[in-house]
Amino acid sequence: MADNPVIAAVERPQAALPEEVDFDRRDPDWFIDKAVQILVFIGGISAIIFIIGIFVFISKEGAGFLFGELDIVEFFTSPRWRPTSEHNPTYGILALIAGTASVTGLAMIVAIPFSLGAAIFIAEFATGKTREFLKVLVELLAAIPSVVWGFIGLSIMNPLIIEIFDVPVGLNVLNAGVILGLMAAPIMTSIAEDALNAVPDRYREAAEAMGATRWQVTIRAVLPAAKNGLLGAVLLGVGRGFGETMAVLMATGHSINLPSSVFDSVRALTATIAAELGETAVGSDHYMALFTIGIFLFIITFIINLTADLIVRGVRKG
Amino acid sequence: MRSRQLSYLILVTAVTAYASVAEARTVIQNKGSDTLVNVAQAWAEEYRKVDPDVAVAVSGGGSGTGIAAMINGTVDIANASRKMKDKEIKLANERGQSPVEHIVGYDALAVFIHQDNPLNEVTIEQLAEVYGEDGKFENWADLGIEVPGCKDQTMVLVSRQNNSGTYAYFRQAVLGKARDYKLGTRDMHGSKDVVDLVEKTPCAIGYSGLAYATDHIKMPCVSKADGESCVIPTVATASDGSYPIARPLLMYTNGEPQGAIKAYMDWILSDVGQCIIQQKGYAPIRSVTCN
Repeated sequence: MADNPVIAAVERPQAALPEEVDFDRRDPDWFIDKAVQILVFIGGISAIIFIIGIFVFISKEGAGFLFGELDIVEFFTSPRWRPTSEHNPTYGILALIAGTASVTGLAMIVAIPFSLGAAIFIAEFATGKTREFLKVLVELLAAIPSVVWGFIGLSIMNPLIIEIFDVPVGLNVLNAGVILGLMAAPIMTSIAEDALNAVPDRYREAAEAMGATRWQVTIRAVLPAAKNGLLGAVLLGVGRGFGETMAVLMATGHSINLPSSVFDSVRALTATIAAELGETAVGSDHYMALFTIGIFLFIITFIINLTADLIVRGVRKG
Repeated sequence: MRSRQLSYLILVTAVTAYASVAEARTVIQNKGSDTLVNVAQAWAEEYRKVDPDVAVAVSGGGSGTGIAAMINGTVDIANASRKMKDKEIKLANERGQSPVEHIVGYDALAVFIHQDNPLNEVTIEQLAEVYGEDGKFENWADLGIEVPGCKDQTMVLVSRQNNSGTYAYFRQAVLGKARDYKLGTRDMHGSKDVVDLVEKTPCAIGYSGLAYATDHIKMPCVSKADGESCVIPTVATASDGSYPIARPLLMYTNGEPQGAIKAYMDWILSDVGQCIIQQKGYAPIRSVTCN
C-alpha cells in the first residue's frame, strides 16, 4: 500500500488528525444540504403524488355513476348523449369518441408529414445557423397557447373553409384536424429529431462509405434505425390530440355527430366536459357521467403516453 | 364567464362589507338565475337610492342554485328562469319553507335566421319537426322556401349547451315534455354565439333570448299552429303573452313577502322597476312608459 504514492498522500493528513476531532458536521451548510435534499425529494415524488391524487379524485367523483346507473354497453355504443333530457336521459359517448378519434386521426395525417419532414431536415440536412434557428422556431411554435389555435380555427380557418369548399359552416373535422395537426407537429418534430440524433454516426459513415447519397443514407440507414423513436413521437402526438380541449371546443362546431365526411361538425370528449361541467349540479348523474368520461380519457392518454415512452426508451437502450 | 362570476363575487363581497359597516341596514339576500342576474343587480343598485337603509346582496349561479338556497332557507329572494318543480316545492315545505312565486318579467325566445333567408313565418309544429328527434324537416325546401347562398339547402341547426335554461325552455315549449332534440345540432356556449353563427351562415336557424338580437339577423314571426295568427317577437308581445315562446322570469320569496322584502318586491313590480328590466332587453309584466 505504502508503495503507492497517491494513497500515501491521501492517508497522510488523516493520520495527522488529532483523535478528539468531532466528525459530526452539523453546521449551517449541513442543514442547508439536508433541507435541499428533502425539497428535491418532495419535488421528485410530487408528480407521482399528483397523478395518483388526480386519478383517485376523478374516480371518486365518477364512481357513483360507474358502479350504479351506468349501462356500460350503452355508454360505449350509443351516440345519444342527452344527459339533461326530462323523460329519458341517455349517456352514450360513441359520437364523442368518434369525434375525438376523427379529429385526432386527421390531425395525424396533417402532422406526420410535416413533423417528420422537419425533423429529418433539422437532424440530417440543415447545418449551422439554419439548424439552430429552426430548432428555436419549432420550440416557439410548441409554446403557442391552445386557445390561440382555437381562435385561429374560429376566425381564420372557418371563413377559409367556407370559401374554398363551399360548405355552410367551416367548424368541422377538417378545421379542428388541421389546427390540432399544427399544434401537435412541433412536439412531434422535437421528439422525432431526438430519435434521429440518437442514431449513431457510424451508421451514416458506413452508408456513405458504400457510396450512398445523403438521401439514401437517410432513407435506408437512419430512418430504419430510428423507427421506434419516430413511432413514439407519433404516439405522443396522438396523446396530445386526445387530450386537447380548448382548440377542439372552438373549432369542431360542438355537435353530436357520427361524422361521415371531414365537413361534418363533431364534438370531442374533452370539449363535452369543458362545456358542461361548470353548470352541472355537483353529485348529479350528469356530473358523475362527465367524470366517467374523464376516467376514460385519463386511461386512454395514460396508455398512449406509456406506450410511447416505452417505445422511445426501448430505442435508447438498443 | 369566469370574469363575470368574479365580478358577482366582488359585488356581493362589496355589498356585504358595506352592509356590515352600516349596522342599522337591512340586508336582503338575492340569489339565482344567470339570465336574471344583470337585471337583479341593476335593481339592487337602483334601490339603494330609493331606500338607503336596505341593501340587496345579489349573486348568480343559475336557477338551480337559487332554488336550492330557497329550499335550505339561506336566501330571502331566489331568482329563477324556470318554475320550481313539484319535487322541489315539496322538499322546501318539508324543511319549513313555503316558496311563493312572483313573475317579475318575461323573456321571449326568438327564432333567428340569416338576413337573406326568405322565411317570414313559422309554426311551433314546424319548429318541432326542425329541432325534434326524428323530425321530418331537414331541408329548407321542407318549409317551402329556397334560401339564397345556402348551397345544398340543408338546415344548419344551432342550439345551446344542454344545461342551459334556454335549451330547457325551448325544448319544453316547442318539442313538448316527451321529445328530445335531434342529434347533430351545433351547441353553442352562450346566446351571443348563437347569434354570431346565424349571422354568418345563410343555411342556419337558431334560437335565443330576444335581448341578444342584432340588426344583422332576421326573426320570423311564430304562430302556435297553422292558421293561427303569427306573432313577431317583441318586448310588447312577450309581456302581453301573445308570443308563444316567452318564458316568465320569476322570483321566489319564503311566504308572502313582509316588511323590507315586500317593499322591495313592490318596487320591482312598479313602473320604475319594470322600466329597468325593459332597459336590459327583457319584457316587463305590463306595458310601461319609460323615459
